[in-house]
Amino acid sequence: MRLTCPNCGERDRREFYYVGDAVALQRPDPEASDVVWDDYVHNRDNPAGVTRDLWYHEGGCGAWIVVTRNTVTHEVLGCELASKVKEASA
Amino acid sequence: MRFSGLKVLAEGLSGNKGWTAHWRDAQPKPEYDMVIIGGGGHGLSTAYYLAKNHGMTNIAVLEKGYLGGGNVGRNTTIVRANYFLQGNSEFYSHSLKLWEGLEEDLNYNVMHSQRGLINLFHSDGQRDAFARRGNMMINQGDDAVLLDREGVRKHLPYLDFDQTRFPIYGGLYHPRGGTARHDAVAWGYARGASDRGVDLVQNCEVTGIDIESGVVKGVQTSRGPIRAKKVAIITAGRSGLVAGMAGQRLPIESHVLQAFVTEGLKPVIDHVISFGMGHFYISQSDKGGLVFGGDLDFYSSYAQRGNLPMKEHVMEAGMTLMPMIGKAKVLRSWGGIMDMTPDGSPIIDKMDGVEGLFIDCGWNYGGFKAVPASGWCMAHLMATDQHHDVAEKFRLDRFRTGVGIMDEEGTGSQHNLH
Repeated sequence: MRLTCPNCGERDRREFYYVGDAVALQRPDPEASDVVWDDYVHNRDNPAGVTRDLWYHEGGCGAWIVVTRNTVTHEVLGCELASKVKEASA
Repeated sequence: MRFSGLKVLAEGLSGNKGWTAHWRDAQPKPEYDMVIIGGGGHGLSTAYYLAKNHGMTNIAVLEKGYLGGGNVGRNTTIVRANYFLQGNSEFYSHSLKLWEGLEEDLNYNVMHSQRGLINLFHSDGQRDAFARRGNMMINQGDDAVLLDREGVRKHLPYLDFDQTRFPIYGGLYHPRGGTARHDAVAWGYARGASDRGVDLVQNCEVTGIDIESGVVKGVQTSRGPIRAKKVAIITAGRSGLVAGMAGQRLPIESHVLQAFVTEGLKPVIDHVISFGMGHFYISQSDKGGLVFGGDLDFYSSYAQRGNLPMKEHVMEAGMTLMPMIGKAKVLRSWGGIMDMTPDGSPIIDKMDGVEGLFIDCGWNYGGFKAVPASGWCMAHLMATDQHHDVAEKFRLDRFRTGVGIMDEEGTGSQHNLH
């Protein structure tokens, strides 16, 4: 699997550290209930198909990247800078 | 049909014409008391113990493919009880005891081989941690022996003891650990359940879970609707997808774990060896193949096949530990889909919010050895509505409350850390 870092171009998967579901960009309010926080920290849609997750370009530019990919075929459909995704959803 | 030495002899002398199918390939009925979704090791053992321990036989096990075609036929067959934390420790201890009586109980040769398992350590700090783990195992009533370097050398003379990166300081020896024939475990439980009246329905994919006013009523399947008073989800890597049919979200992320086997060789590795620092473990099957594996590929996946970087890493770790296997040819590799929980420990519980819906999942990369006790405890929960003593800590709500998190590796209760 190769990921295309928006800053560095196409790179080996080993340059990246996998964090998990891109849900991490939608942090709940600190005062939200334990149910909301539990859902955010632990529960996952865990789809068989297209998913979006967060990767960190540890062996490269150090950017956080949202990768859209297929969990069944391992096809990578797109990579965006997490900062841009966050901005767009703000 | 009961297996016995006499039967084998008689069949051998009469052309082996008297063997029959081991279980009935049942057609689904419109209604059951209980439906178990998933015909893998855990689903089959649950059905078996529901019938045997609780006298409940109006049960169907629904399998979307063929029995035992998932992780129970894909794992590296290791059986052990070397857990540290209360909650895990008593459960796996119970499971190992069930393993030790399993062949007699099932009248089925699962080739359980207690050849001993050795976990290597490579520093003083690791030795302390393993000494402590060994004490916990002994306190639980199981067996553990702390070996120094020379003690390991007596068992495993072929390791590279002088490697500079991870010099071997010793190992924690668990003599009752070993392996079993994974397929036979599925077949043995299937036969035991089927003989007691459980319907094992293959090629029957569950496509929906029927719920009315918060009470489960049955399932929709590729072979028609089936009504049931109780429904259990025991679908390992697919747990999240099936729970989603009931509108539930689980603390599960599915990851691919690879395993490898070489061509058949003469007996060379007598134990199960775990080289934690290299994320590598190995044993030799009775057929002669070296069976080994490493860590997850570390990204969520349903592909049942892995990527090359982890293959390379596993081969490097194997060569670091035991250069003698360098000339063995890898025959094949494959992947299984692991139901990873944030803390690395499993879940055997009722689903909150849906009466009659049960869940047995979150076995991470350690589900095979748990097959007997998981079925035993899940059957207990489904039959009595009470958690079994040795599985009472496998609660779903521990993640919300933070009480009873069982992070065996001590790395943190977070999805990407196990």
